[in-house]
Amino acid sequence: MAKSTPTRPANPSGGIDIEEVTGLRERGLAGVLFASQPFWITVALAVLCVLMAYVAPAFASLDNFYNITRNFAFIGVMALGMTAVIITGGIDLSIGSIMGLVGIVLGLLLEAGWPWYVAVSAGLVAGMAAGAINGYLIAYLRLAPFVVTLGMLSIARSAAIVLSGNRMIYDFGPGADAVYWIGGGSILGISNPVWVLVVGALVFGFIFNATAWGRYLYAIGGNERAAGLTGVPVARIKLQVYVVSGLTAAIAGILITGWQGSAINALGVGYELRVIASTVIGGTNLMGGEGGAYGAFIGAALIELIRNALLMAGVDSNWQGAFVGLFIILAVLLERLRGQRGG
Amino acid sequence: MAVLELRGITKRFGAIEALRGVDLRLEAGEVLGLMGDNGAGKSTLVKIIAGNFPPTTGEIRIDGEAQHFTKPVDARERGIEVVYQDLALCDNLTAAANIFLGREMKRGFGPLRLLDYPSMYARAASLFGELKSETRPRDLVKMMSGGQRQAVAIARTRLTDSKFVLMDEPTAAISVRQVAEVLALIRRLKDQGVGIILISHRMPDVFEVCDHVLVMRRGLPVAEKPIADTSPEEVTGLITGAIHAA
Ligand SMILES: Nc1ncnc2c1ncn2[C@@H]1O[C@H](COP(=O)(O)OP(=O)(O)OP(=O)(O)O)[C@@H](O)[C@H]1O
Ligand SMILES: [Mg+2]
Repeated sequence: MAKSTPTRPANPSGGIDIEEVTGLRERGLAGVLFASQPFWITVALAVLCVLMAYVAPAFASLDNFYNITRNFAFIGVMALGMTAVIITGGIDLSIGSIMGLVGIVLGLLLEAGWPWYVAVSAGLVAGMAAGAINGYLIAYLRLAPFVVTLGMLSIARSAAIVLSGNRMIYDFGPGADAVYWIGGGSILGISNPVWVLVVGALVFGFIFNATAWGRYLYAIGGNERAAGLTGVPVARIKLQVYVVSGLTAAIAGILITGWQGSAINALGVGYELRVIASTVIGGTNLMGGEGGAYGAFIGAALIELIRNALLMAGVDSNWQGAFVGLFIILAVLLERLRGQRGG
Repeated sequence: MAVLELRGITKRFGAIEALRGVDLRLEAGEVLGLMGDNGAGKSTLVKIIAGNFPPTTGEIRIDGEAQHFTKPVDARERGIEVVYQDLALCDNLTAAANIFLGREMKRGFGPLRLLDYPSMYARAASLFGELKSETRPRDLVKMMSGGQRQAVAIARTRLTDSKFVLMDEPTAAISVRQVAEVLALIRRLKDQGVGIILISHRMPDVFEVCDHVLVMRRGLPVAEKPIADTSPEEVTGLITGAIHAA
């Protein structure tokens, strides 16, 4: 046999289809779109909007739009962090409690007269610290995410109650105006939490698609062992993803505390389920390996829109919990059906 | 000098003695066939060389230097590439993403080092071209045939100028044509001076490309022979134990 010349790396222009590099030959753009859950949720959202505007003209008012977008912004911001966690095949049940803890930390520091930036930074650090504890236990001690974050759900809530002395904190001292503005203000007619959500969604979308770190999240969720064998720093990334989730919970906690103008230790009770529902409705697979930033955004929007529609239709708003639960189950069912069809 | 040398490798999993003292030498450009019945310890040996877990006792030498791998990346940094028996692929990622997993091509600098998709797709396409595989870099692995998945796992080993490649049953579950391509690839690597350990249950493959064959039985090497000095019948006998040792 002739001795071939050992030329590697091979000439990259040799024998490649140009479509391979530039095009979407395998699945056309339309094909990708129609197969994507966020696309259909967007359609559903649009249909619901039109329907509501027709039935209840008050729905289409600027005020209502402002309220709806702000309300889902809090959930949407947390859904971004949750999406990252769920892509790795994990779950974070502690975010509602972390939110509560961060609100209290923020409130206490403001009350003690610290400037707003110190209080806000401390809140962010508190959220990330709680996330780091979750992440360490999950990534390095290999405990189940469900169990660890359920524990943190209880711990962070109880810490919030103890720290606050079980009272409401509303005297925000000299930093009050700044914090009110952060959560309750608006820029160009759009509320600040919505800006945070939009910027956050862009940043997360960018991280998920353009960075190696983002790709590793999907690899870990797809086949954790294979990811480890090929040199992905699995444990470090799993730790980091819970820190990110703690951070987004902290951001949401600060925004909502600023908006409400007071800190209560019950802030965020039950939010984890709304956030998880938003995430799975947006097409993130609870088994890991699949999901995206736009899905988190649009999933949160749909849940809030439905809640708003129910309120306008005069349905008791306490039914919301039932809808959230129903959505989680439906989304998982949909996932199962898609799995059977797509193979 | 041998590129890879194993001395007295043993491995216990609790009460199971998977390996009971394996010696092995691999020269540059040599293809060593590793054969043995199910459970003989072939995959375990590969995993030890690849740094998945340390041997219970024994020594691994590369270019005469003793190695202490604590994780697979250590072995890869010393020029060892592996095709695992289960291929170790992420089904939810594309072929290109799998090939580059853990060593992505990036552009830009500082914290803004971003994935360089065009370069990775182009490089993946050229690797598949070299393998004469129909696999497309943008396809998701979960949509692929067994042969295409195999091509992805093999393409991954060709990213760098590795010194040797361990292949754990690379021709299981693929078509006749694809088997021929994998074997042709093995010969090309051999010509480039890459040492190869080929694990296979397929006698024709081993006799086609290997220089030596090492037969293992219950964690022990029972015979090592130049391929020219043996026959499929003899090797079969050694594997089953009908022939005790040669
Ligand atoms: N991680 C592990 N823990 C416990 N026992 C193991 C482990 N890995 C392998 N073994 C045992 O070690 C022995 C050798 O297994 P190994 O996978 O190396 O066999 P093999 O020669 O590759 O077989 P096959 O041809 O089926 O791939 C078997 O008895 C197996 O059950
Ligand atoms: Mg095996």
